[in-house]
Amino acid sequence: MSGAVLSVEGLTVSLPKGADRANAVEDIDLAVAAGEIVCVVGESGSGKSVTAFTVMGLQDSRALKPVAGRIMMDGEDLLRVGRRRLRKLRGEKMSMIFQEPMTALNPVARVGDQIGEMLEIHTDLSASGRKTRVIAAMEDVGLPDPASMYRAFPHQLSGGQRQRIMIAMALVLEPDLLIADEPTTALDVTTQAQILDLIKDIQARRGMGVLFITHDFGVVADIADRVVVMQHGRIVEQGLAEQVLRAPEHPYTKMLMEAVPSMTPPEREAATGAETLVVEGLDKTYGHRGLLGGGRLVHAAKSVDFALRRGETLGIVGESGSGKSTVARCVMRLIDPTSGRVLLDGRDIAGLSQGALRPVRRDIQVVFQDPYRSLNPRRNVGQSITEGPVNFGTPQAEAMARAEELMRVVGLDPDALERFPHQFSGGQRQRIAIARALAMQPHVLIADEAVSALDVSVQAQVLDLLDDVRDRFDLAMLFITHDLRVAAQICDRILVMRQGEVVEQGPTADVYANPQHDYTRALLAAAPGAARLTV
Amino acid sequence: MLVYILKRVAMTIPVMGVVALFVFALLRLSPGDPAAVIAGDFATAEDVARIREQLGLSEPLVVQFGTWVWSLMQGDLGTSIFSGKPVTELIAQRIEPTMLLALTTILFSVAVAVPLGTLAAFKAGSLIDRFVMLFSVGGFSVPVFVLGYVLIYVFSLNLRWLPVQGYRSPFEHGLGPFLSHITLPTLTLSVIFIALIARMTRASVIEVLEEDYVRTARAKGQSELKVLMRHAVRNAAVPIVTVIGIGIALLIGGVVVTESVYNIPGLGRLVLDAVLARDYPIIQGLILFFSFVYILLNLLIDLTYTFLDPRIRY
Amino acid sequence: MAEGVAPDVAGAAAPLPSARDVAVWRIALRNRGVLWGGVVLALIALVAVIGPWFVVDPTNLNPMTRLRPPGEAGLMGTDQLGRDVFSRVLSGARVSLVVGLAVAVIAIAIGLVLGLVAGYVRWTDAIIMRVMDGLMSIPAILLAIAMISLSGATLGTVVAAIVIPEIPRVTRLVRSVVLTVREEAYVEAAIAAGTRVHMIMVRHVLPNTIAPLIVQATYICGSAMLTEAILGFLGAGIPPEIPSWGNIMSEGRTFFQLTPWIIFFPGLALAVTVLAVNIVGDGLRDTLDPRIARTMR
Repeated sequence: MSGAVLSVEGLTVSLPKGADRANAVEDIDLAVAAGEIVCVVGESGSGKSVTAFTVMGLQDSRALKPVAGRIMMDGEDLLRVGRRRLRKLRGEKMSMIFQEPMTALNPVARVGDQIGEMLEIHTDLSASGRKTRVIAAMEDVGLPDPASMYRAFPHQLSGGQRQRIMIAMALVLEPDLLIADEPTTALDVTTQAQILDLIKDIQARRGMGVLFITHDFGVVADIADRVVVMQHGRIVEQGLAEQVLRAPEHPYTKMLMEAVPSMTPPEREAATGAETLVVEGLDKTYGHRGLLGGGRLVHAAKSVDFALRRGETLGIVGESGSGKSTVARCVMRLIDPTSGRVLLDGRDIAGLSQGALRPVRRDIQVVFQDPYRSLNPRRNVGQSITEGPVNFGTPQAEAMARAEELMRVVGLDPDALERFPHQFSGGQRQRIAIARALAMQPHVLIADEAVSALDVSVQAQVLDLLDDVRDRFDLAMLFITHDLRVAAQICDRILVMRQGEVVEQGPTADVYANPQHDYTRALLAAAPGAARLTV
Repeated sequence: MLVYILKRVAMTIPVMGVVALFVFALLRLSPGDPAAVIAGDFATAEDVARIREQLGLSEPLVVQFGTWVWSLMQGDLGTSIFSGKPVTELIAQRIEPTMLLALTTILFSVAVAVPLGTLAAFKAGSLIDRFVMLFSVGGFSVPVFVLGYVLIYVFSLNLRWLPVQGYRSPFEHGLGPFLSHITLPTLTLSVIFIALIARMTRASVIEVLEEDYVRTARAKGQSELKVLMRHAVRNAAVPIVTVIGIGIALLIGGVVVTESVYNIPGLGRLVLDAVLARDYPIIQGLILFFSFVYILLNLLIDLTYTFLDPRIRY
Repeated sequence: MAEGVAPDVAGAAAPLPSARDVAVWRIALRNRGVLWGGVVLALIALVAVIGPWFVVDPTNLNPMTRLRPPGEAGLMGTDQLGRDVFSRVLSGARVSLVVGLAVAVIAIAIGLVLGLVAGYVRWTDAIIMRVMDGLMSIPAILLAIAMISLSGATLGTVVAAIVIPEIPRVTRLVRSVVLTVREEAYVEAAIAAGTRVHMIMVRHVLPNTIAPLIVQATYICGSAMLTEAILGFLGAGIPPEIPSWGNIMSEGRTFFQLTPWIIFFPGLALAVTVLAVNIVGDGLRDTLDPRIARTMR
């Protein structure tokens, strides 16, 4: 390819012995031309990040060894240049931004100095010359008041600002190639949209090449010129974004794209079951005035009201810090609400003592976000599922029989009850967590970001399962999520929260079609791929 | 900031209270008549009565504790039964060698251990690393006094490079004699301290080297040495400084033993002599004194965190 | 979601788990430190138990052979009363091992209870931890010296005097495990399942404390042996008529320039024993506590 700033040819990177496959990536061919954004998309374990890190020479060199192929940049093979040369190329010719802008910045150094370090390494500029350049670079990425922000520490900035700092740092030397490894995954959806715009904008202005790693087809739809789809360490399909998005050829690509939930909610009938969970004026504040006046009050939730019927799914949607999880935890009484009422089948449980609460607990069950932490690694699946029923007097044998039945319900082999959590994948563990919740025969099921940690193909299956068990057991489901696509597909009604307050509430289709509040509109507009991805 | 300092200082008060209560209880709640224990095996009934009077042992416990804490707050640590001198005066007389020994030990240990631990972390898994770890586990295993005697045996008795025992004040005798006398005690006491700090330095630098921002620094094209110095060590500082603070407790115990081995007339010797003489007010006073020093030093260390890590703001 | 720099092998590289605790022990034994340290310790223990039956009585006075160098009278020479240093060192091993074990077991037991209470019963936390802070700020050796000189030197008081300063460390460790574990999603799920507090402790919290406590126990054992010897050496330990390593060395001080072996042999025995204990401890930490192991290897 002519004008390529980067071309990877036949790259194979081996894994250490004993891994589940011989190579992390195999026979990778891809190129990035000046002025184009190439998205590498794939699920976890696809090898997309390994590819990116190997280009920079930043892969874990003890475990990952490039064994074949070339990585060509400006006539040089990056796999064969010396360390010193590679260090010089990093920053000058290519640079990288990462997923977590908080941890990617040194917490004890001022952000301006961290950008300046780039100039210190690669240029002979004086201290004041560096500062001028840094401030210009900060201005360029749209940071407010760069002169004073120069002296800030990373923790004093927001997630979006930190990622802008990273971008300013990566681009201060105007490299030919920017490698972006899931740079917006850790950000809220509105911030994500801004950062994507920024990357597109600077890329267009400077005509640099961008290698953009992502798992999200929405993001691909928003920014890619070309797409490379990876699965199990191999490229299964690549081509122009228009083409791949419109007419994917490889079955895996098709599957991935079909698994992306649509932003258009399906037709749903209003639920008519009895109101089982009613929340009135729920407040939760943290902190208190200190004796010496230093205390701070945080309103995590402010007068939240909603009602939930049997057979209905209510989505609580919001960005981080919106208070959506606080509400869920208050309803479950994992934390104590500051004021307000939580009526479960007509009985206020907001103020019950732990002792009085215990019998009520079986009626409200939960599925948490992280499938790796929600099951005790020391206890087998059977023990985990039967723990609750046995607590309430169900004989062990009966509880086990029920557990076997539930394993079938969630699509797992009942024989697996004797196995331990580490023997299951993330999606399977989430199924186990659902079975554990169902074992209590609850009225209310809370799914707290229950599919957020899963790959998109697995996510779709778990969503189907949740929908299915809700109908089968006539559950009232409270579905907490940050993902508007997921919410569109599973929720009958939606409640949008921001900074502890409910800004809008209504049937999903109405809210999506005709959002009333500015914030809801902003959220919907920011959802990645809203414009182009209409699968 | 000032609010934080005040808060932090206020927080040490209950801890000091616990120490005082514990030290107080130690004497009063020990089996038998404390006055008789202190008076020793050959004391007459009058001796015992006199001591009981002197220590105020006939008052109710609460009153005794109250009077005692009251005098503590006025800086009165008690009075020696035998010499009749205030404990504070005795401490003042003996503090110089102990303080200087502690100081040389901390300086020497940090100067050796931090670079050593960093190097081991940087070359984790290498021969150097294994050597450092072996030294560190060995340092925790050799009794201080045995090490002291080995050093005396080698350097003083066989090689005759350094004096066997004793102490020379730098203020009276000059720096040369001071250094030649303090070298072996410092070495002896440093071994365990070096082991402790090197271990912690290594562990925290290794942990920091796994952090994302170290990867960022490499992505900038920074050289490994600068990555280590500018990013890794700087971020590993808080746990290292913390362990130095905790190590002070170890140091105080070690000082007592080291002073005994090298015949240094410091606070450690004062304690041991008091134990032999059963001069309980001195023991009590010194335990309190050392505990308060430990608490105050750790308070200072806590306050340095705000400079080491900008995230820590109160 | 995205794979990290290192490959997330099979997507489920679970943390070294625990359900297979038996298997973990087998893995622990494969660690060289645990294996060799364990072998050395076993030998020392064997010698300590049966050794004294095969040598002369360690309290046997023999004024005719006083202060003889090693080889000339007995394997390790004789002391100023003509007693055989080798037999005395063998008996000293018993004292050291007993003190080390007793202190480790008692300190862990007390610290475990206090740590569980402080970590789970909120209102006790501040009280227990302030008391622990206080205890921690009293220099261990001074405290032990004071306690022993007041209560009389017996094996019991020596053990008690060494145990007390170790308790805060154990308490802090257990409390921190409890505080970490109680935030785990699986504990919240158990609460939601109506599991009572004491069952949550037994099922979910306690198992997580076992590995770090075993590691901590070995370190406590090693440092207790050292402290016991130091107390003996300072003349504030076990009654002088019992031949503990500290006591032997204490008596050797007077004649050190003349007969250094009286200090060196028991010193060497002590150092080797403690070293073996510490190496076992490091090895156990590497295998039982994978999170720390990653950084401390």
